[in-house]
Amino acid sequence: MPDMVSLSRAASGQPSQFKTPYSENGGTILAVAGSRFCVVAGDTRRTDGYSQTRYAPKVFRLTDKAVLAVNGFSADGNMFVNKVRQQLEWYRHGHARDMPLHEIARLMQTMLYARRFFPYYVSNILSGIEEDGSGAVYTFDSVGSYERDTCRVAGAAQSFMQPYLDNQDDWYTRPSVHYKNQRSTHSSSRPTQLPLSSVLSLVMDSFVNASERHVEVGDGLEIYVVLAKGSSLQGLEKLTGAQEVTATSDGERVFTVRRSLRRD
Amino acid sequence: MTSIGTGYDLSASTYSPDGRIFQVEYANKAVENSGTAIGLRVKDGIVLAVEKLVHSKLLVPEANRRIQTVDRHIGLATAGLLADGRQLANRARDESLNYRDSFRQPVPLKYLADRLGLYTQVYTLYSSVRPFGISTIVGGIDESGSSLYVIEPSGVFFGYHGAAVGKGRQLAKTEMEKLKLSELTTRQAVMEAARIIYLVHDDAKEKDFELEMSWIGDETNGLHLPVPKDLFDEAEKAAKAALETFE
Amino acid sequence: MDHFPTNWGRPRNDAFDAYGTYPLAQRPYNGPKDTFEAGVQRTQQPIVTGTSVLALKYKDGIMMAADNLASYGSLARFKDIQRLHPVGNNTVIGAGGDMSDFQYIQSLLDSLMIEEFTAQDGHSLGPAELHEYLAQVMYGRRSKINPLWNSLIVGGFKDGKRFLSYVDLLGTTYSASTLATGYGAYIAQPLLRKAVEGYEDVLTEEQAEKIMTECLKVLFYRDARSLNKYQIATITTKGVNLSESRSLDTTWSFAEGIRGYGAQTQ
Repeated sequence: MPDMVSLSRAASGQPSQFKTPYSENGGTILAVAGSRFCVVAGDTRRTDGYSQTRYAPKVFRLTDKAVLAVNGFSADGNMFVNKVRQQLEWYRHGHARDMPLHEIARLMQTMLYARRFFPYYVSNILSGIEEDGSGAVYTFDSVGSYERDTCRVAGAAQSFMQPYLDNQDDWYTRPSVHYKNQRSTHSSSRPTQLPLSSVLSLVMDSFVNASERHVEVGDGLEIYVVLAKGSSLQGLEKLTGAQEVTATSDGERVFTVRRSLRRD
Repeated sequence: MTSIGTGYDLSASTYSPDGRIFQVEYANKAVENSGTAIGLRVKDGIVLAVEKLVHSKLLVPEANRRIQTVDRHIGLATAGLLADGRQLANRARDESLNYRDSFRQPVPLKYLADRLGLYTQVYTLYSSVRPFGISTIVGGIDESGSSLYVIEPSGVFFGYHGAAVGKGRQLAKTEMEKLKLSELTTRQAVMEAARIIYLVHDDAKEKDFELEMSWIGDETNGLHLPVPKDLFDEAEKAAKAALETFE
Repeated sequence: MDHFPTNWGRPRNDAFDAYGTYPLAQRPYNGPKDTFEAGVQRTQQPIVTGTSVLALKYKDGIMMAADNLASYGSLARFKDIQRLHPVGNNTVIGAGGDMSDFQYIQSLLDSLMIEEFTAQDGHSLGPAELHEYLAQVMYGRRSKINPLWNSLIVGGFKDGKRFLSYVDLLGTTYSASTLATGYGAYIAQPLLRKAVEGYEDVLTEEQAEKIMTECLKVLFYRDARSLNKYQIATITTKGVNLSESRSLDTTWSFAEGIRGYGAQTQ
């Protein structure tokens, strides 16, 4: 609560100063790419010191093939999402189609680097379906460095969740997300990419675990699933609370799933 | 038109030998060709009414309004070139906002009329511009009560109890003189205003017209608002009926 | 012309400085300068401040509350300040933080509402639009490192929908069914959540008001920058209703009975 701190300091005769135009609003975001789908998730808690609110979304549908998750200073995050959306709208007016995912990624780099000396204090994870139908995750730092990845966590519980996903102990019963640098000690018949249902339960578990241990994670979980053109629902139809939010008839389909997390 | 061909009417910065500025007089001609606009200053407020001549049946009803809002408490009706009216209304809004920013109070009508008068007058000084082709009725309520001003193309402005500009102004003025304006309520004045506009409309010469009315007063809580539909319809109906019995 | 001979440099000395490079002549600057250069300051701290604003959703709409105090540091400077401000017929803005910045915001909103009114297009700005506008203004100012030092709550009711949202000096925004700024975020927010979450659609105006006054009381006893004189605003289908200033039924007489610290140890 920056206002609170400054008020009490001013009250005690100590001049409080406007030291920083930033704050840090906690929470965690995560994206996983499958071969023909992607999953983007974020908790809905928004913290300000020890204060919190329960529902402040951090994951946004940009198009039917791109979902953007933002984490860090929420005012910058919201502003950045607005600016990206505006660019995408103009692109649509100019080209009569949605901007492809890899182009959005490059655009975001340009926009982030434009503020190199007054950065958006935000970790961005862009995810969706590429033009070739593959699921993709792009991860950015706050000044625009980016790379394509298959599984990425950012935010407060990054240090809990990224290793958990990269390298699970639970080797014998469940393969890790993408076998990073791991010697195969098991039969090679395991799928090279996890099926959607496994990814979803992995994501939900990750957030449940994070909310157990991190004060800035909790309240609610909001998951976006994007399916490539012509994919089957892969169990989404049976998932409770799954809701379709597809806007165009391009072929890709977008779903949201909400779950509650610890509220304390 | 004796002025034509003399060469003294080509610029607003040229006087004629007898001391007239023909460009300003031509601007007044533009006003005289326009549908009538009237304003009544009565006991508890102001009523503005306009005879908006509709030159095409293809126009959307209520488009191209000639009564505009300057501030919460000020309305403005013009007769003459429509676009010039818009320009002046925008200027009036700027003046009003400026006054508020400086003094944290709503602009007084007299001050606004003065500023608009100055603005209009500047367009009579240079050869590079033409004078405003409009006469403007500004009405509103301020701390000194209600007031009504007319600003002419020359930049002069006068305060009125009843004002009329445009084609039918003579007849409208005669009608208004018969009224006891200071005793009328705004509600009654709405009825009279509608009647007068219908009366001055020349059915024989003119095409269709649309009646436009707004008011400011106790009834509107000091806001400049369009006359509400039920009262408007009532006034229009009574005006049509009065036409039948007139003369 | 520089009239100070010491500034002209010294004669060249071949022995140790053949080219006359030391010291480099410092010529005084006689060009135009901004007299107030050092004096221009941006807001770095609030001066006259208001404390908490409380707000909640209830059955008929939104209820907001704030006390009437504007403090000057620890001095209770102005005791008849309005910190709830109606904008149009569907919205109330409540402010904590710097009161002069808040009054500036009020004049911004006034100009905005007049601009919209003069359009006479049948539209009017509701709470959602005003909140978005304020968020942009606040974020814009923080980005110039010249913030408007406030925490604002925007409450409203329009087209059958309740609206309640927050924005502060950094431009951060959020909404919830109960909101509190300043000290209230620590002390009143938990009480409000307990009383309101899950009951937004059943709480009556009387119940909501009781919750508010209880929270204000707790704040009065715990927040040294608060006052027991306050106003309550409701925004419902009937429009905005801002109450007159009222007093809380509070007392300090029990303090005499407290033993164990201070002067009275027995």
